[in-house]
Amino acid sequence: MDAADHKHPNYVAVWGGLFVLTVIEVAAVYMRIPRHLLVLALLLLAAWKALLVALYFMHLRFEPKRLALVALAPLPLGIILVVAVLQEFAKR
Amino acid sequence: MAPAVQPAAPPAEEGIGVYTQKLGMWVFLASEVMFFTALIGTYIILRWGSAESWPVPQDILNIPLTAFNTFVLICSSVSMVKAYAAATHDDQKGLRLWLVLTVLAGATFVGVQVLEYRHLIHEGLLPSGIRDGSPLAARLVDSGKLTATAAGLFGSAFFTMTGFHGFHVTCGVICMTFVTIKAFRGGYSGGRFHGVEVIGLYWHFVDLVWIILFTIVYLI
Repeated sequence: MDAADHKHPNYVAVWGGLFVLTVIEVAAVYMRIPRHLLVLALLLLAAWKALLVALYFMHLRFEPKRLALVALAPLPLGIILVVAVLQEFAKR
Repeated sequence: MAPAVQPAAPPAEEGIGVYTQKLGMWVFLASEVMFFTALIGTYIILRWGSAESWPVPQDILNIPLTAFNTFVLICSSVSMVKAYAAATHDDQKGLRLWLVLTVLAGATFVGVQVLEYRHLIHEGLLPSGIRDGSPLAARLVDSGKLTATAAGLFGSAFFTMTGFHGFHVTCGVICMTFVTIKAFRGGYSGGRFHGVEVIGLYWHFVDLVWIILFTIVYLI
């Protein structure tokens, strides 16, 4: 199925969601939130925003699942990179 | 003699179920995921592995200005997807309008980033660290809040990550300008919207990467 075959989602609503999440992110930085909680919240908010863009603006929600796999395939390599190198730091 | 009849080409094997240009763009974007994941991974390693205290981004970077720039890029993603929606409905006027807005928003993002770089360099943040005798050096290094090594790590990581992203936005603006010119010439009329969709995928990807970079480099 081509992306044009699906009904267009409400893009302005997605934009509103992205705007609100960005405002929450920036506001959170200036609030007195415990550091580890802040980092976790910011990462979750960023992932949420990235997901909104990928699912609705890039239409991954309406594409064959295999296409999403193409995009996600490199991510484990990044995780391996970070974990492996941090192990080196831990050994020192 | 009758000409030899060419045998009909065998039907193409069904692939992933999307047209070739779109699949090509997704494969390219997968390589881009790898590229930016390596950069972000390196940043995480430098930051977590650094024995020195890492600078607080808010002490050096202008968060409100960059938050505004993030907003501009998000708006450009909406205008891009509106352009694509217009193209699928063969709404040529809408397509042109939204494409022009996207190009303008993209150019604004790059412009604001150039201003940000100019200000940071003037303040003393360089890819090699913090310049001796600069206002930032007086505020952070001389007061003992930050070591020269940590400043160097931060400077190089900051300019490499945001610089490569800015380069991608610049390439996007240039490509989008060509797409806009083609749209004004009627190149996407009559249901030929694939070009708009494919450049749109690239554009949204650049927006997505910025969402991650903004959080990791500016906010955390």
